[in-house]
Amino acid sequence: MQVFLDQVWTARWPLWDGFLLTIEIAAAAIACGTVLGCIVGIQLVFAPTLVRFPFRVYVDVMRGTPLLVLILAAFYIPSVAGLNLSATQAGILALTLFAGAHIGELLRGSLQAIPPGQAEAARSIGLTFPQMLAYVLLPQALRSALPPWINTGVELIKGSSLLSMIGVGELLLKTQEVIGRTFMTIEFYVFAGCLYLITNILLDQVGKTVERYAGGRS
Amino acid sequence: MTETLHPLLEIRGLRKQFGTVEVLKGVDLALNKREVVSIIGSSGSGKTTLLRCVNLLEEFQGGDIVLDGETIGYRISKGRRYRIRDRDLSRQRSMTGMVFQSFNLFPHLTAAGNVMLGLRKVRRLGRDEARAIAEAWLGRVGLAQRGDHYPSQLSGGQQQRVAIARALAMDPKLVLLDEVTSALDPELVQEVLNTVKSIADDGATLLIVTHEMRFARDVSNRVVFMEQGQIVEDGPPAEIFGNPRSQRLAEFLRNTRT
Ligand SMILES: Nc1ncnc2c1ncn2[C@@H]1O[C@H](COP(=O)(O)OP(=O)(O)OP(=O)(O)O)[C@@H](O)[C@H]1O
Ligand SMILES: [Mg+2]
Repeated sequence: MQVFLDQVWTARWPLWDGFLLTIEIAAAAIACGTVLGCIVGIQLVFAPTLVRFPFRVYVDVMRGTPLLVLILAAFYIPSVAGLNLSATQAGILALTLFAGAHIGELLRGSLQAIPPGQAEAARSIGLTFPQMLAYVLLPQALRSALPPWINTGVELIKGSSLLSMIGVGELLLKTQEVIGRTFMTIEFYVFAGCLYLITNILLDQVGKTVERYAGGRS
Repeated sequence: MTETLHPLLEIRGLRKQFGTVEVLKGVDLALNKREVVSIIGSSGSGKTTLLRCVNLLEEFQGGDIVLDGETIGYRISKGRRYRIRDRDLSRQRSMTGMVFQSFNLFPHLTAAGNVMLGLRKVRRLGRDEARAIAEAWLGRVGLAQRGDHYPSQLSGGQQQRVAIARALAMDPKLVLLDEVTSALDPELVQEVLNTVKSIADDGATLLIVTHEMRFARDVSNRVVFMEQGQIVEDGPPAEIFGNPRSQRLAEFLRNTRT
């Protein structure tokens, strides 16, 4: 045990860097994915059929494709198309597309769950369509979408470990490098697993707290 | 002034269909300023649809609705009717207030927040001014102390009175009320009817759909009887209730009187 802790101490900076990169990638993907998901969700509910169709296809394709395949696609396809993305950028792109589809779909669900009377009351006092979205529908939809949204964040943190496959130096890859040096395979995998677990539990708790705060008002 | 020359609201030959079913079959109705008109009629006769057309919540296929001299909802170009664009629809909608059967308060906003939203975003008033108007209207409907309550913390009757305040605060030319007491427990009906009555007494122009016959008789200058998408009778309450001319109205009144 003492030997292991010494090794952890020795490897603390690479592991810390990996952990930070994992958080950064997940945060970037949830931020971009949320913006994308809002656009997608709104289109799925309000766009005319023809405009809605490509969004529907996008969502279904993303949700039906394994995340690892998405990541490999984001890594290899842009370079073929002459676009040079770093492994990290490709990873963020893949996770963003993944998150955008999931968030879009859950926003569609919560928008459609709002009683039609809400939109009618909003239009009736003279709000324009964008105002109705911003002040009446989205606040309600986002509130009910909050728990699954947090869950998407958890999925992104877990899913970011797959980026080790394309050489992104996030927590899992750094852990594997340390294992390559120390041969303490099980210890360090368990260690990394605990870090993921603690992070996700914390994220979950933050979500529950926010939810309680927001839920108390409606 | 122009207002003496034309009625505040003039509906001419209004036709509305849902798919192939014609729900309004040429409705003509005019309302003068400060007039209170109640619409009665059996279920499915098109009363709600009529109000929703006036509030531009429904599209309609024929006829005109003219509000204070302005034809609303459509424009004619080269002989064809076009629905006007969203911004203009919104502006025209804000000229009429609508109170719904199911209140439709915004659950994420307080009572004051509900009343303030349109004042801030449509009438573009500052926060303080909007709050002052909202508080005045909440006081007016007897809810001065409830501004900070969320809809879920209010009774049905209180929610409906907030909805009335929300509509009236926009200073609409015309207020549409669609069976505003139908979703309420019996003991809460009177407080809402009293609120409507006091607003009528203050000179608002009201178009009311109601199943409360006694209320229609008390509050209205005129009562309109609708049947199968048409207006069958239109007259002062004493005449409509006391001396129905058509067979159908007489029958309707017999069936609704308890
Ligand atoms: N969205 C809709 N789609 C299709 N048909 C509709 C729709 N809304 C109303 N209708 C039909 O239009 C007719 C008139 O309905 P409306 O709601 O205007 O009646 P109403 O007089 O308000 O009845 P009630 O007293 O029950 O409220 C009914 O036959 C109804 O089935
Ligand atoms: Mg109705």
